[in-house]
Amino acid sequence: MENLVVTSSPHTRSGETTRKIMMKVLIALLPAGAFSVYFFGMRALYLILICAICSPLFEMLWCWLIKRPDSTGDLSAVVTGVLLAYNLPVSIPIWEAVVGCLFAIIVIKEFFGGLGQNFINPAIGGRVFLLISFATRMTDWSVFEGTKAAGYLDAVSSATPLRSDTVDFYDLLLGRTGGSLGETCSLVLIAGGILLVAMKVISPVIPLTYIGTAAAVAWLCGENPVFHIFAGGLLLGAIFMATDYVTSPTTNKGKFIYAVGCGVITMLIRIYGSYPEGVSFAILLMNIATPLIDRATMMRPFGALVPAKGGDAK
Amino acid sequence: MQGFGKHLSGVKVPHNKHTSGCVTEELPVPARVVIPMAQSIGASCTPLVKKGDTVKVGQKIGDSEAFFSVPVHSSVSGTVASIDDFVTAFGTVCQAVVIDTDGEQTVSEEVRIPEYEGKEMFLREVRNSGLVGLGGAAFPTFIKLNPKNPDEVDTLIINAAECEPYITSDLRAMLEDTELLIAGIRRIAEELDFKKVIIGIEDNKPEAVEVLKPYCGDQISLCILPSKYPKGGEKVLIYEATGKVVAEGQLPADVGVIVMNVTSVIALETYFETGMPLVGKRVTVDGGAVAEPKNVRAPIGTRYSDLIAFCGGYKEKPAKILQGGPMMGIAVPDDSQPLLKNNNAVLALTAKECEAPEPSPCIRCGRCLRACPFGLMPAAIDRAARNRDADQLRKLKVNLCMECGCCSYVCPASRPLVQQNKLGKQILKNGGGK
Repeated sequence: MENLVVTSSPHTRSGETTRKIMMKVLIALLPAGAFSVYFFGMRALYLILICAICSPLFEMLWCWLIKRPDSTGDLSAVVTGVLLAYNLPVSIPIWEAVVGCLFAIIVIKEFFGGLGQNFINPAIGGRVFLLISFATRMTDWSVFEGTKAAGYLDAVSSATPLRSDTVDFYDLLLGRTGGSLGETCSLVLIAGGILLVAMKVISPVIPLTYIGTAAAVAWLCGENPVFHIFAGGLLLGAIFMATDYVTSPTTNKGKFIYAVGCGVITMLIRIYGSYPEGVSFAILLMNIATPLIDRATMMRPFGALVPAKGGDAK
Repeated sequence: MQGFGKHLSGVKVPHNKHTSGCVTEELPVPARVVIPMAQSIGASCTPLVKKGDTVKVGQKIGDSEAFFSVPVHSSVSGTVASIDDFVTAFGTVCQAVVIDTDGEQTVSEEVRIPEYEGKEMFLREVRNSGLVGLGGAAFPTFIKLNPKNPDEVDTLIINAAECEPYITSDLRAMLEDTELLIAGIRRIAEELDFKKVIIGIEDNKPEAVEVLKPYCGDQISLCILPSKYPKGGEKVLIYEATGKVVAEGQLPADVGVIVMNVTSVIALETYFETGMPLVGKRVTVDGGAVAEPKNVRAPIGTRYSDLIAFCGGYKEKPAKILQGGPMMGIAVPDDSQPLLKNNNAVLALTAKECEAPEPSPCIRCGRCLRACPFGLMPAAIDRAARNRDADQLRKLKVNLCMECGCCSYVCPASRPLVQQNKLGKQILKNGGGK
C-alpha cells in the first residue's frame, strides 16, 4: 500500500467553487444584458463583450508581470467587466470603456492583492473613475438611430429619468427609458435578483434593506418612493453591486447596517447632492466602512462567555 | 419527542449510508493483531506481557498507574510476537503488543461476571471493562460517569445521531443489540441515579426509531433530530435535546447532563452481563474503493488490510484510507493500521470521492460562518492564524471549535479552514509567539 493521501479532515467537499459562483452571477446578469442589446442595439453587445474580454486580459497580464499564477479561471474579472459595462452609457467611446476596465482590474483589484483583497467593488471603482475623468460623456444618454431606444427617447439628448419630470411607472418597469446599459429595465433586474437568491449566491438581506431604506428616506423627504426605486441605478446597484462578497459585511447584522447606509447615502445624494445619481458613491462609501462594520458585528459564538471589560475573556 | 425545538446550524452532507441494511458479519480471527497501548485520552498503558507470552481473550495486557487511563485487553488468544513502537494517528509514539493468534479464541480466566455494590465499585468495574467513549473521542468512561457534582446531574443523553456520512455501525448496533442497549441504559440510570434518559437520533434512521419506540416511557424518551450534520456533536446534541448550553470551559455535567454513545452503553452492558471487556468492535467498512461494503465485528487490533480483504478487497486503488467518517475521520498513511476501540468506520475512498481543489483566495462569501454550528467565524480565524495573532484568536473564540469540518466542507475557495482552526488552538496554547 503506497501513495495514500494524508490530509487534515474533512475529506469530502460540497463541490461549490468560486468559479461556479461567478458563473451563477453571470447567468443572473444575462436577462439584463439581453434586454440592453434588444433596447440599445448591437453597440451594447460590443461594449459588454469588450469589457468582459478586456478585464480578464488585464488580470492575465498583471499575473504575468508579477509572476503569479494566472487567476482568471475564477471568472471574477469577467463579472467585473460585465458589471462595469452595465454601468456605462451606450454612446461611450470604446477606448474609454477599456480604460475603465484597466483601472478597475489593475488599480482597484490587483494593486491591493487581487480577488478578496480589494476594499471597494472594482466595477464601481471603474465607473466612478470614468465619471470623474469623463464627466460629460459618462452622462451623455443619447442613443443611436434605428434602435428600440430611439423609438422611445429623444435621440439627441435624452436625460436619465432621475432628471426628467414626467416619467411613466410602466416605462421604468419595462425599461423604456434612458440610462446606463444594464440599469433601465427594472423587470429583468428583479428577475436577476430572484435568480441570485434562488441559486443561493446571495441572501436577500442587502437588496431588500437597501431598497427599503431608499424608499423610506424618499417618502420622508416628500419624494415619490416608487419612482426612486425603479429609476436610475438603484436596482442594479442593490442587487448586483452592493452584494459583492468581498466588499460587503459577512454577518446578517453587518449586512443590514451596511445596506441601510447605502440606502440613506444614495437618497441624500439624489435629493440634496449635485449629482442626479448617488448609487455608486453610496456603495463606494459603505464598501470603505465594511471593515469597521465587520469589527462591530462580530458574532457571539455558541456558549462563549461575554468578554470581560478590557477585552480578555479569562 | 421532537426535542427542544431550536436548532444549531450545520450542513447537509450526502448520507452515503450504503451499509444501513448490512447485517453485521463476524470477521474470522485474523492471523495477527496489533494492539496499541494508547487507546484513550490520557496516559498510555504499560504492557503487562512480554514477547513469547501466551495470552487469552479478555486478558489484561496493558494498564497504567495514572488516573487518566484505561486498561487494554487482548482481543485474541495466541502468542505475543513482539512489543513494538507504534506511531498513532496523531503522530505520537506508544507501545503496541503484537499477537500471533492461534485461532482458538480461548477465553481468559480473568473474565468473570463482575459483582459490585454501590457506585464506587460500579465505577471501578467500568474502568476494568476497558471502556472509553466509542463515539470517537475515546474519553475514559469511568471518569465521565463520575462528575464532581453527581447530585445535579440528572439527565443521561444517549448519542445515537450517527451524523457522519457512510457510518452505520451505531445503527446496526441499535437494531441488533437492542436488548443490551436498553438493559445498559437502565443499569447506568439506576446506578448513577439519572431521572431522565433521552435518546437523540437523526430522522434518517426510522428503522432504529421503530425498534426503540416500545421502550420509551416515563424514564426513556426519544428525541428525533433533523439529519443535518453535525447533530452528534456533544454540545449540539445537548442543546437540541434539552435547550441547555454548555458554555466555554464547562463540561456537560456542569449543566446536569452526561452523554454516552449507543455503542458505549452496549459495550458496558456486555461487560456487566458476561465479564468480557471491550475487545471487539462493530465497524463499517465502506468507501468507493471497497468491493463489498459491510458492517463487520472484528477484534480490536485487527489490521485494516484484513478488514478490507474480508470485504472483497479493493475494487479500485484507494486515494485515502480513513479511520472514521469523511467529515472528522483521520487519514492514515497505510492499511496496516489496527482497529482501535473508538474506531467506528474504516473508509477507503477513491480519488474522485475525496477530491479537493487547490485552495484559492477567500472571497468573503460568509458560507463558513453560516455553516458553523457554534457561530464561529472561520474565515477570520484563518486570517488570524496566518498572522499568528493570539489576541485576535482569543477574541474569535477559536478554542470553542469542535473541528466538525462544516466550514471547510462549504468553502468555495477550498481553504483548509478546520486545519487553520486547529493551528489557531495550538497558537493559543503556546501563548502565540510570533
